Amino acid sequence: MADTVPQPPRAGRRQAGPPGEPRRIAYLYIAPALLVFGLFFLTPLLHAVWLSLYEWDGLSVGTWVGLDNYRLVLTDEALREPFVHALTLIVFFSIIPCALGLALASMITRSAVRGVNFFRTVLFLPQVVALVVVAVAWRQIFAPDGPLNDFLRTVGLGDVARGWLGDERYALICIGIVGIWVCTGLCVVLFLAGLSKVPRELYEAARLDGAGPIREFITISVPAVRGELAVALTLTLVAAMRTFDLVYVMTSGGPGTSSRVPAYEVWDRAINKGQVGVGVTVALILTAFILLCTVLINRLSESADS
Amino acid sequence: MTSRLERITTYALLIAASAFALYPMGLILFSALQPDSVGGTGAFHFDNFETAWRVGHFGRYMANSILVAVVVVVVSATLSSLAGYAFGTMKFRGSSALFYLLLLGLMVPSEAIVIPLYYDLRGLGLTDTYAALILPQIAQSLAFGVFWMRQYFRSVPPEIVEAARMDGAGHGRVLWSILLPMGRPAIITMVLLVLMWTWNEFLLPLVMLPTNEGLRTAPLGLSFFKGQYTEGTSLLAAGAVLVALPIVVFYIFAQRHFIRGMLEGSVKG
Repeated sequence: MADTVPQPPRAGRRQAGPPGEPRRIAYLYIAPALLVFGLFFLTPLLHAVWLSLYEWDGLSVGTWVGLDNYRLVLTDEALREPFVHALTLIVFFSIIPCALGLALASMITRSAVRGVNFFRTVLFLPQVVALVVVAVAWRQIFAPDGPLNDFLRTVGLGDVARGWLGDERYALICIGIVGIWVCTGLCVVLFLAGLSKVPRELYEAARLDGAGPIREFITISVPAVRGELAVALTLTLVAAMRTFDLVYVMTSGGPGTSSRVPAYEVWDRAINKGQVGVGVTVALILTAFILLCTVLINRLSESADS
Repeated sequence: MTSRLERITTYALLIAASAFALYPMGLILFSALQPDSVGGTGAFHFDNFETAWRVGHFGRYMANSILVAVVVVVVSATLSSLAGYAFGTMKFRGSSALFYLLLLGLMVPSEAIVIPLYYDLRGLGLTDTYAALILPQIAQSLAFGVFWMRQYFRSVPPEIVEAARMDGAGHGRVLWSILLPMGRPAIITMVLLVLMWTWNEFLLPLVMLPTNEGLRTAPLGLSFFKGQYTEGTSLLAAGAVLVALPIVVFYIFAQRHFIRGMLEGSVKG
């Protein structure tokens, strides 16, 4: 490595010239990015706030309604329901995958599994496949004559078999199961990375003290991956709250309203039903909720560190 | 170290988890190779792919997706490298405020901007065009791209830049002939991730193409194909395989880049 190269006296050179002094040329380098970002991200974001204060069908002239849309979203039963569904999905997208991921990752690390790379690649695969494709695959699995019902009939549970996605009680849970499938691999891979930083001696010391696998898991593994846990929770929670593709392709929010989620509500209201103001307000409240969760999780993990 | 029983349990669970991860993909691949109508014989039927390609217009959809993805990747990678260079190596007034402004793009979900974007672009007569698919996705990719490239430029030892500047290289030269070639791994990771996100994007094309079926991207085409051919499971499956295949192939050959990028890129700030 380059550590034998004598260091130049940097302090002196800093004052003499580059790099260090404010550079006007920097603006030239960031201008194109800022321009595109400003036009196609920041402007629509501000426009969203503006639209949320209007009642507008997308065609005629809008009517100023102040904060009425916000009041409506927070009080109307039909508009609250998708948010409750999103909270349900968090259990499937975040909590179950994080728990499974922690257990699997610590077992892999403990047993020093061979071919970790192969398993990592396989388990992470669901993260790179387009969600529309994922939805098509799982629709087939849950279909009335699909593999899930075939399996149930084979093991003698034919009475339980049904069109899973057509059943009000199960449609949302089915979306949730796909969420487990999508998110678990991500969690395993994240936690593996965290656990690989734990020195092996720590485990050996714990074992000499007579700690079993459970003790070891709670006292060494979980604290070691605290940072990764915050990242995993953030990523999967955002994925749960933003679910759209899966719902659009698998259930279209149905049957009835049993699997409507906020992002679906945004699209349906603002594009199909001519309720642009309401749709945009749902989107902004969803955004606020996501930002709040992100900040909260990071705060918690930081305060736990210190 | 660990008992035999424990090791066997671990392997058994790992294999079960892997089977669970692979099963839906295997199922779709298997269905795609089944005869489309009852009564067909023979082992595997590759003609479903051909039918989906022609009858299902997947040839067209894939071409659209390739065009959109290539333009988004090239433009956003270029702009991200330029901006990341400034943010990572230069001091200037307002740099941190501007950087945090860009980071908003990582935090704010696209659901919040897609509706106003649709009405803005419709006002300009740009909906149902490639521009409506490409420009917003460049903007969204920039947040990650600038963040990622800034991180790379900051990791370069300042001595390297100083030495080049001593030799009389200007800012552009330093970037083009030293820092970008050195940063190839970081750039490849960014390119692959933006490629994947753009290829898989669904909500934006759904909203931006209210009438123009000819511009549909591959995932969007697949979702409409689903509605049309409810009875032909194997054709639908063949379409799904076509849509997923390019990214899965990239993933198989460069999985380190995908995993590294998604893990490091998400650890914000």
